[in-house]
Amino acid sequence: MYRTALRNLLAHKGRLLMTALAIMLGTAFVAGSMVFSDTVDQATRNSYSTSFDDLSVMVSDPAASASGGFRGQRSSAELNEETVAKIAALPGVAKTRAVVGDFTGVADKQNKLIGPAWSARSANFVPDASGNDPRYPMVQGRGPRAAGEIALDRKTAESGGYRVGDTVRIAINGPAVNTQLTGIFTTTDPMVAGGGSLTLLDTASAQQQLLTPGQFSSIEVTAKPGISAQALREQVAPVVAYSKRFTVQTAEQLRTEQSTMIARRTHSLEQVLLAFAAISLFVGIFIIANTFTMLIAQRTKELALLRAIGAARAQVTKSVLAEAALIGLVSAAGGLLVGIGVGAGLQWGLKSVNRGMPTGSLVVSPGTAVTVLAVGVLVTMVSALLPAVRASRIAPVAAMSSGDQPTTPKGLRIRNSIGTVITVLGLGLIMLGVVSDHSKQQFIRPGAPLAAIGILILLPVLSRPAISLAGPALVRLFGTPGKLARLNAVRSPRRTAATAGAIAIGLTLVTAMTVIGTSVTDATTRSVNASVKADLAVAMSNGHGLAAQVPADIAKAPGVTSVSAVTSMNAKVNGNPHTVEGLDADTFDQLVKLSMTAGSADALKQGQALIDSGLATSEGLHTGSALKLTNPDGTETALTVGGVFENNQQLSPILLANSVITAHNPQPFIVRTLVKGTAGATRALKQAIADATGNNPVIVIRDKQGMADDYSSTVNAAMSLLYVMLGMSVLVAVLGVVNTMAMSVFERKREIGLLRALGLDRTGVRRMVRLESAVVSVFGAVVGMALGSYLAWAAVSTLSEQLPNISTVLPVGELLLFLVTAGAVGIVAGLWPARQAAGTDILHSINAS
Amino acid sequence: MSTASAILRSVTPGGPSGIAASAREVTKAYGVGETRVTALNRVDVDIHRGQFTAIMGPSGSGKSTLMHCLAGLDTVSTGHIRIGDTEITDLNDKQLTQLRRDKIGFIFQAFNLLPTLNAIENITLPMDIAGRKADQAWLDQVVSTVGLADRLKHRPAQLSGGQQQRVAVARALASRPEIIFGDEPTGNLDSRSGAEVLDFLRRSVNELQQTIVMVTHDPNAASYADRVLFLADGRIVDEMHNPTADAVLDRMRRFDGKRTS
Repeated sequence: MYRTALRNLLAHKGRLLMTALAIMLGTAFVAGSMVFSDTVDQATRNSYSTSFDDLSVMVSDPAASASGGFRGQRSSAELNEETVAKIAALPGVAKTRAVVGDFTGVADKQNKLIGPAWSARSANFVPDASGNDPRYPMVQGRGPRAAGEIALDRKTAESGGYRVGDTVRIAINGPAVNTQLTGIFTTTDPMVAGGGSLTLLDTASAQQQLLTPGQFSSIEVTAKPGISAQALREQVAPVVAYSKRFTVQTAEQLRTEQSTMIARRTHSLEQVLLAFAAISLFVGIFIIANTFTMLIAQRTKELALLRAIGAARAQVTKSVLAEAALIGLVSAAGGLLVGIGVGAGLQWGLKSVNRGMPTGSLVVSPGTAVTVLAVGVLVTMVSALLPAVRASRIAPVAAMSSGDQPTTPKGLRIRNSIGTVITVLGLGLIMLGVVSDHSKQQFIRPGAPLAAIGILILLPVLSRPAISLAGPALVRLFGTPGKLARLNAVRSPRRTAATAGAIAIGLTLVTAMTVIGTSVTDATTRSVNASVKADLAVAMSNGHGLAAQVPADIAKAPGVTSVSAVTSMNAKVNGNPHTVEGLDADTFDQLVKLSMTAGSADALKQGQALIDSGLATSEGLHTGSALKLTNPDGTETALTVGGVFENNQQLSPILLANSVITAHNPQPFIVRTLVKGTAGATRALKQAIADATGNNPVIVIRDKQGMADDYSSTVNAAMSLLYVMLGMSVLVAVLGVVNTMAMSVFERKREIGLLRALGLDRTGVRRMVRLESAVVSVFGAVVGMALGSYLAWAAVSTLSEQLPNISTVLPVGELLLFLVTAGAVGIVAGLWPARQAAGTDILHSINAS
Repeated sequence: MSTASAILRSVTPGGPSGIAASAREVTKAYGVGETRVTALNRVDVDIHRGQFTAIMGPSGSGKSTLMHCLAGLDTVSTGHIRIGDTEITDLNDKQLTQLRRDKIGFIFQAFNLLPTLNAIENITLPMDIAGRKADQAWLDQVVSTVGLADRLKHRPAQLSGGQQQRVAVARALASRPEIIFGDEPTGNLDSRSGAEVLDFLRRSVNELQQTIVMVTHDPNAASYADRVLFLADGRIVDEMHNPTADAVLDRMRRFDGKRTS
């Protein structure tokens, strides 16, 4: 029996081409994901492998930053010269290095930031007796010695086109300053290797500009020989016990932490990629099942003959499955090879988007190979299982009978019943979720996939009426070929459903994502327009806080009428942690518009708090309620609720006057500065603000559209990645269309020959096949788009807590584009089968029996 | 020339020559060199308008090839073929397709109908392809002649083999082609259904003045024709007018005898 399986495989290899390609693409995606994440993981580990080599213990202060993301307590406790001296005096300490490090951007000659903002860093240059710092060997010039001098890493100097002696603009979170480049150095710092910039300053200047004079961000301690890092840590810990904020870690702990972080990051990346690979494979299942069903239908007589001469049912099933396993294995092997290329491509692609991607040679682990081959074989066998069982049911007598076996309506009846039950169940759960106030997601999460699966099961029964709708248009536009295309498309509902279903899956996901994305963007835009009166918002592009002087500097710019810093701190409200934002009470009503449900926004001027309705409900507060605020420094402030406003995406749930915030937090974190101008958001105003803030390349000035885009850009970035990933599954689905059409053309050879004899020209035959292909594709797309829109509507309803004003917005333009694309893709998929059909030899096909 | 066909010819409208199709010096060869097989060897033949012509011969004699070449389904190696006034040997595929659609009707041995179309749709298919409207009166006459009035909405799968062939005959007649070619049209039918179909073909010649060429190996089927052409080894070796089944059978036996001798 196995020999027959092999022979069949070889005999039908042409017809299996598309199936093999589908498996190959799916497994290549799996292999590519695994190779890529293994490679990134390995490369990251390599680039970090020398980290912490020259230290035993590190003490660090996470809050030591002038601009960093720390919005909590900034107490007087600091790492300073005294701490360093105490540690240096410990018996186990060989040497110490006090480090000042923070964010510092370097501008190129066009005043654009070099490298990504998140990896633009600075550190202090610590010269030894000879004036050199062994950590940063200079290749040109010397290290910085005085204020106004800097050294740059070689890559950054090269991308900025800077030479020793040049003037370089650097910026932290205030005005950019001119410095002189005194030296260019090399470093093995992994962040620099990954595309970041590193600026060296002398220690005093670094402290002055980045922290406070005398303050350090971390102290690196090296143990004397014979002293373990662990023992040293125990010595160091008591010295820095004066603040709970400081961390004391051994090099080993730091390495473990780092590798865990790397592993987690690459692992989550791998998970996402594999999820998409799974979607492609799932789509592939439709194609494989379809192919085997068609092959077995074509081979009915042969299989019946096998049964007639004594093959057992199980043997027929096994031979079909063996055939599947073999195709799976061969295709997966191909997929593995292609996947290695995909992995390399992914690495190259991400590298070009983000210079910070670590690179290295491709890692193809044995685990990857085994997984990919196993997945390929299993998926193919599972897909072929149903057709294989059906093959075993072929009666031996079928060997003698002639003609095609029509699909048994009984099979569809069972299928339809199951499909109806699942669809109703899924739709019901979604409706429950939409209706219910709480636990929306609990219902919608299981409901969505159920509804989708149900609809896919019901596709055969849906195909006939749906495609019939297109009938009159097809006949009017394309005449007889159009009519025949429609009739052929509904001829085998199962086949049409499997082909269209593969397309529907991809389109469901793409549509759902697009509709959700559009709805979110729409809600944020409306929310910005409704709640922001300011013309411009000024903020750091890396999410750091603005320097304290920035709001005042902006206020002095020409054309500015009102300004307010938006400050932020992590505090507790009646014991529960909340982010509290502050604005200037005087300019509040010129920059922000709140829709108050109780009280007045003017209460801010009396030092009262404004809270949103969500917080009012959860804390049981109303206008006039007393409220206990725990400041980051631990002090408590008694406040009165002055008003309640409707939930607002742009502002935190609790708002205070900046004067209230600075009372206990003299240097608050400034998230952004809101600006209103005399003539609106003009270019002149933007330029005036840029000049006023010292043309810092890291500071961005956004108008209302920009503010809305800033919120939705995360969504959009995720969307474009999703489109690429889902594009893969659509590609697999297109192979399915090619496959089905090619098989159908093969099966209908005699019919096509007859049509040619009766006077349908080649153009007509081609048109007939292409139209059928387009009809099936569009049917799949329409089902997918309808299902996707429905799922998006359900998902949007679960977002109403985060985005109170969200409503489902159907992006008509995009949806039309999807539809037209589906039709075009269908026609393209039909090109080759159509050519095959048009090339049909009339005599040959008529005489074939 | 038989009296019957002489009478028919006299009532036949159309071309001055009264020749519906002709082959001149037609040679058809397959392959090259040693594997070269000559299927037709310098065949000359005229198909008369309004006549029922049968082509007979042992298998491999070239009878099907002759029909395919006459019908524009196959190309000739050398020689000329005319359908009506049209020289078809120089036509390209598109022109040939149009010629088949507009001037020729076909009845094949099996698989004559598109399974997705019902009987009447199959009958009007060539006209639908051409984008022409069927002559309703003529269509009604053809349908009633072949006795399918109550089966028009049935799909091929719901019709018997005989009924399917009658639909094929109706289709061939419906567009009033210059000539109808039948390739063993009764080959797959039981004798009663076969007789029915042949009866229709005969009547369409008598009553509708159709021109029909039929390839067959069945002497009984050939006896319905006005004229029988006998092919052997790619040449027309004999012809018979107003044949009877027995006469044809006798003539065919002579081929067998020649072969075995």
